[in-house]
Amino acid sequence: MIKKTVADVSAALQGVEDGMTIMLGGFGLCGIPENAISELVRLGVKDLTCISNNAGVDDFGLGLLLHKRQINKMISSYVGENEEFERQMLSGELEVELTPQGTLAEKCRAAQAGFPAFYTPAGYGTEVSMGKETREFNGKMYVLEEAFKADFSLVKAWKGDEAGNLIFKGTARNFNPSMCGAAKITVAEVEELVPAGELDPNEIHIPGIFVSRIFQGKDYEKRIEQRTVRKRN
Amino acid sequence: MLDKNGIAKRIAKEVKDGYYVNLGIGIPTLVANFVRDDISVEFQSENGVLGMGPFPFEGEEDADIINAGKQTITTLPGASFFDSALSFGMIRGQHVDLTILGAMEVAENGDIANWKIPGKMVKGMGGAMDLVASAENIIVAMMHTNRAGESKLLKRCTLPLTGVQCVKKIVTNLAVLEVTEDGFRLLERAPGVSVEDIKQATEGTLIVEGDIPEMQL
Repeated sequence: MIKKTVADVSAALQGVEDGMTIMLGGFGLCGIPENAISELVRLGVKDLTCISNNAGVDDFGLGLLLHKRQINKMISSYVGENEEFERQMLSGELEVELTPQGTLAEKCRAAQAGFPAFYTPAGYGTEVSMGKETREFNGKMYVLEEAFKADFSLVKAWKGDEAGNLIFKGTARNFNPSMCGAAKITVAEVEELVPAGELDPNEIHIPGIFVSRIFQGKDYEKRIEQRTVRKRN
Repeated sequence: MLDKNGIAKRIAKEVKDGYYVNLGIGIPTLVANFVRDDISVEFQSENGVLGMGPFPFEGEEDADIINAGKQTITTLPGASFFDSALSFGMIRGQHVDLTILGAMEVAENGDIANWKIPGKMVKGMGGAMDLVASAENIIVAMMHTNRAGESKLLKRCTLPLTGVQCVKKIVTNLAVLEVTEDGFRLLERAPGVSVEDIKQATEGTLIVEGDIPEMQL
């Protein structure tokens, strides 16, 4: 067994520097690497390019990094729900590359799986395809999109073991699996870290080969953005 | 004239037995409330769930189980969770039978704009570009006119596009229309709405053939 455990979040983020490109899992605030984000704030690293479907909210998630002006560029599909983000974007302080959600996911997966690029129909004929190669296959037009290149990938899983094997829960899975192994170094934080052998190999979502470092996360807030409920009759 | 629930109720009639359906945010989300309960339908949410159920009971909400609108949800028997790449594989690979989404503008050639108002609103396209570029069956749910009273059914979209020549059907507060090679073909009128009202509210080419029936809700 090749052991991937590190002592804590600061050991896990060893090597993160100014100007790096960092992928972060999560959809809205669901399944975000809360511990790693707090550590990036503590480290104060600047000029980051962040690849993440969303940009958090004003006081949580990536909003914490935006607030401290640590991010130069965001690559996301949807950035509503964040006033500070909107202010920095409209004033030109923050560069934003909006990417269709499926393309964003596939650019991660392509990096993970060793594809330099792929064709997708998403965004053809829109400003997303401007300056990109397009090609017709079977009478339909497609846009060539390139795999991401990133320095760190920061993901959050539900359970993990010492070997770096991961299991995700519910829709907190989202972008996390495709980001594993899609950067030079993949850091996984988990709610429950167990010894090797305790997770059933049949149930593993992401094998440890895609994970560089794993640590036991703590103090998860798991904030809900839209609490919708129904009343019992 | 229909309200938002009325639009959702009419669209629900387009949902057939055995369909996998993706519902967008806003009016489309309401469609789930009106689907007949004697047919089998599964709702997909692009953040990674198939077999979405209603909102949870108070106190049972789980931060790890949400829909694409970031609302807490539940799952029904037979549901599954998956990652974003697989989710969009379902969409791009045309395994989802019907996509219902909102729009700011639709053009008579089927172009749709719903993600950006230059200089005013830039929230992003989310999954909309993937959905409209891939789905074979796309229904747009929207009000016929905007808040300023201007038509949202146009000869050409003025806002940045989300997708080209992809919308097949539109259900508004006034009418049901089909996108054809010659323009918007009027299929049905909302209760209490005349063909003349619809003509007034439609900037794009409107094709009216024969007697236009009133919607059955």
